Amino acid sequence: MQEGKIIYINGPVVRASGMRGFTMREMVMVGEKKLIGEVIALNKDVATIQVYEETSGVRVGEPVIGTGKPLTVKLGPGIIGNIFDGIERPLSRIYKEGSAFIPPGIGLISLDEEKRWDVEILAKEGDYLNEGDVFAEVAETSMIVHKVMVPPGIKGRVISVKSSGNYTINEVLAVLEDEGKTFELRMCQEWPVREPRPVKKRMAIEKLLVTGQRVIDTFFPLAKGGTAAIPGGFGTGKTITQHQLAKWSDADIIVYIGCGERGNEMTEVLEDFPKLEDPRTGKPLMDRTVLIANTSNMPVAAREASIYTGITIAEYFRDMGYNVALMADSTSRWAEALREIAGRLEEMPAEEGYPAYLASRLAQFYERAGYFENLNGSEGSITIIGAVSPAGGDFSEPVTQATKRVVGAFLALDRELAHARHFPAINWLLSYSGYVKMLGDWYAQNVADDFLSLRAKMLSLLREENKLMDIVKLVGEDVLPDDQRLVLEIARVLKMAYLQQNAYHKEDSFVPLERQYKMLKVIEKLYDRATSAIKKGIPLAKVKNEALFNDIIMMKYNLNFDDLSSKIDEYFDKLESMYKEGAQYES
Amino acid sequence: MKVRYIKLEQVEGPLIVLQDVKEAAYDEIVEIEVPGRGMRMGKVVEISGDKVIIQVFEGTSGISLDKVSVSFTGSPMRIPLSKEILGRIFNGIAKPIDGAGEIYSEKTYDINGRPINPVARLYPRNFIRTGISAIDGLITLIRGQKLPIFSGDGLPHNELAAQIVRQAGISGEESKNFAVVFAAMGIKHDEADFFVRSFEEAGVMDRVVMFLNLADDPVVERIITPRCALTAAEYLAFERGMHVLVIMTDMTSYCDALREISSAREEVPSRKGYPGYMYSDLATLYERAGIIKNSGGSITQIPILTMPNDDITHPIPDLTGYITEGQIVLSRSLYQLGIYPPIDVLPSLSRLMKDGIGAGYTREDHPDLANQIFAAYSRVQEVRALAQVIGEEELSETDKCYMEFGRRFERIFLSQKFDENRSIEKTLDIMWDLLKVLPRSEITRIDPALVNKYLGK
Ligand SMILES: Nc1ncnc2c1ncn2[C@@H]1O[C@H](COP(=O)(O)OP(=O)(O)OP(=O)(O)O)[C@@H](O)[C@H]1O
Ligand SMILES: [Mg+2]
Repeated sequence: MQEGKIIYINGPVVRASGMRGFTMREMVMVGEKKLIGEVIALNKDVATIQVYEETSGVRVGEPVIGTGKPLTVKLGPGIIGNIFDGIERPLSRIYKEGSAFIPPGIGLISLDEEKRWDVEILAKEGDYLNEGDVFAEVAETSMIVHKVMVPPGIKGRVISVKSSGNYTINEVLAVLEDEGKTFELRMCQEWPVREPRPVKKRMAIEKLLVTGQRVIDTFFPLAKGGTAAIPGGFGTGKTITQHQLAKWSDADIIVYIGCGERGNEMTEVLEDFPKLEDPRTGKPLMDRTVLIANTSNMPVAAREASIYTGITIAEYFRDMGYNVALMADSTSRWAEALREIAGRLEEMPAEEGYPAYLASRLAQFYERAGYFENLNGSEGSITIIGAVSPAGGDFSEPVTQATKRVVGAFLALDRELAHARHFPAINWLLSYSGYVKMLGDWYAQNVADDFLSLRAKMLSLLREENKLMDIVKLVGEDVLPDDQRLVLEIARVLKMAYLQQNAYHKEDSFVPLERQYKMLKVIEKLYDRATSAIKKGIPLAKVKNEALFNDIIMMKYNLNFDDLSSKIDEYFDKLESMYKEGAQYES
Repeated sequence: MKVRYIKLEQVEGPLIVLQDVKEAAYDEIVEIEVPGRGMRMGKVVEISGDKVIIQVFEGTSGISLDKVSVSFTGSPMRIPLSKEILGRIFNGIAKPIDGAGEIYSEKTYDINGRPINPVARLYPRNFIRTGISAIDGLITLIRGQKLPIFSGDGLPHNELAAQIVRQAGISGEESKNFAVVFAAMGIKHDEADFFVRSFEEAGVMDRVVMFLNLADDPVVERIITPRCALTAAEYLAFERGMHVLVIMTDMTSYCDALREISSAREEVPSRKGYPGYMYSDLATLYERAGIIKNSGGSITQIPILTMPNDDITHPIPDLTGYITEGQIVLSRSLYQLGIYPPIDVLPSLSRLMKDGIGAGYTREDHPDLANQIFAAYSRVQEVRALAQVIGEEELSETDKCYMEFGRRFERIFLSQKFDENRSIEKTLDIMWDLLKVLPRSEITRIDPALVNKYLGK
């Protein structure tokens, strides 16, 4: 192996000389402690290296040893249900082996190599296998069948194959031969994280990613294979929203990247997910989840890598034909890691100190999402949902802006709403989803024909309310005519009954689509009947029956939609007939 | 034998530069002897070939290029710790200043600490009663939480912190197991004296460890002070199984020291001249709060910061809020109305309260009730804005109820005496009383069964 010598140390940035034969992006071991690092620049015989561990105590003159390969992750059974650091080192194993704190110099460890898995071999001697083909299966968890695939770029005839049985991930399961060369196939393969895994082709986006969150599914939908950003100042609900999506969305696999955020938030997932049941399969949610954790106090270079480690794992499961949803909380911390390293390299800063390549790196990352036909012919998707933490909560800063340009849905969290405890604090005027049109057929087939028109009607009600509120703020509500005051009243019902959704309430945390539709229909009925009553000259004070309105606001807890619907009719029928009689009486 | 270097290449701001150094380690501590002015400490912040840049904790004034002697200690800063630290007072770099002698211990500890493995953490779920209604009712403090006070110059954050320590610490049988670690960064002497006095009055002085870097102490030292304090706290919590409350004040001085060093190093600044790595740097402090499985102890942090210009979007409160598990925000306008504690509950938040309140923790009605009070008080703000325009008389009946709710909320619920220690039942009962001034139809956040139970049919 090649060896260089350290000549410069500045936090996570180290330079070494004698590095002539090294390659760009090569993974290296730095210093006596063998810290993991990556070559990020080469200049004559000096290499600049970003180090994924604390460099405290490293000295000039210590060696840098090459590994001959770029930063890669190991892909195979043992990923799901596990928690890794930014470069795929298993945190639970690190905990079991030593202290509660993470020491530097753990070395390169990843998947469990001792564990024996029950493998069902699908390929036979003489079969011809192409890249991506599935040749074996392992029940990795109660929910996930791990499809063992031929790595990209490899194909050939099976010249020997083991029988189904118990194996470790490194054992050779089959041997392929192609044009005189042979390849050994194992349960695991390696892949460089910065390179997207190949697919056959991109496909159209047309399926809803069902999240069970009313404001998202109804108003600002996410799509399987789509991308979304959740920007918001501190405490506005990015993490809770991401956790809600990780819990309830109908993806097959969740890759959750805690990128520069709180340790306790990862612990919370670790404690809660094994106990939570997937609403569709009844199995523990942890059985479809993988966590990547680089908490805010862990080394910043590994934060930069964590995003790539996560997306590579997502691509690997997509290749098996799964729908993967990836949450990154928060992409701003990743961008800041880029900025910090760029700063230490004394690169020319662009806006707010961020390097000029910020936008292109962000775009490259989100490009790895999509709905695909895989090499093996299966279909799979990756949905990326990135949280953005704008400085001062100001969306005009570079990371929010650069992200906004590349994502399909934008769920803008609002500080005012959060302060008023309107959760999720998704601002319905600033948010949008570019997927609504693409999902039209899906909604019609899976929910109801009139779902999108219902949605449009409710959105315009909210927009109208917003305009009216500008007047109300200046002169009070009393000056408005009754039909406009009704708009305010119905909008209030819509906000409280529908848009607000308490993540911590057992009944309300996850709401299936058909229930969302029913709720919306109840509100629509109230709106329609009340509007026509007002048109008939019935005063708002009568139309706005406190008990009825309150029942509707509380319907999310009582789930009495059908009752409510007839209750509304009964009430307004009675009201209108009273007034009709009254009118006749008067005339 | 230690190599001594007696010639500097350069002195600039808090930094000195040495040439021809053979064997320096990144982050290691150096001792700098300045003739006639004693010993100073510094640490290696950059090594480039045989050139080494050192940040001097006590500042560089009085240092000349020739008459100094620098020696390398070979390791990052470590401090000796034992249970004897309880009741002691140290300066900002952990040297005893109470005249009671050095701390002797077999073991020394790296003040930088190490990140806690998320797998080793226990998610905090136990409520700490502070006896302060606004906090217990609406911004509940949880053992192991990091919950800062966002204050402004001249606001009573010290009184509030002292009241929390007094009322939270000494209740119940766990009091024997309770300790306070106090880190002062750049605060005034009378503020430090205030804390000493209030710890004494509360009778907890023998369970307090103090690290003091005061306003006239060296600025760069402030970078070290909270790290020493947190290392002591980790020792007490995770090796001695104690429940430790850490008060760190003023984080604004800490961040300003960070900025000073960064600008001396000519680093590319981020917002308002603070370094781009301030988020990560603050995280290495705040993330040292928490609970570790099987250790028996916990670290709860109450950092205090003064928001420059009372601006919550300033980088210091902003980056803090992005790391901590909520915040208690003090308001100048409430303070000017004579309300103590002047807590603005709307921008305040306790992220961990959800798991520490409710049936089995505080009371079954707590979560919904808190939600309702928040919603109502936020409505009060809108109604007040409207009343400003059209006059209170012109408000609708419901809006008038909200005006009354707002007054009672501030006068009856928020306001309490500096030595008033309310039970959680009392706090929750006041919250129900407040709701009585609103029409029932406005109560939309509480399970109707609970409303009937607590307000009658
Ligand atoms: N859907 C929800 N239901 C109930 N409460 C919510 C919901 N969303 C957010 N909250 C409340 O808002 C608080 C803050 O949310 P969260 O931790 O997700 O904020 P964040 O945007 O991730 O902040 P930061 O950027 O600091 O990490 C939560 O602790 C919770 O009290
Ligand atoms: Mg968050």
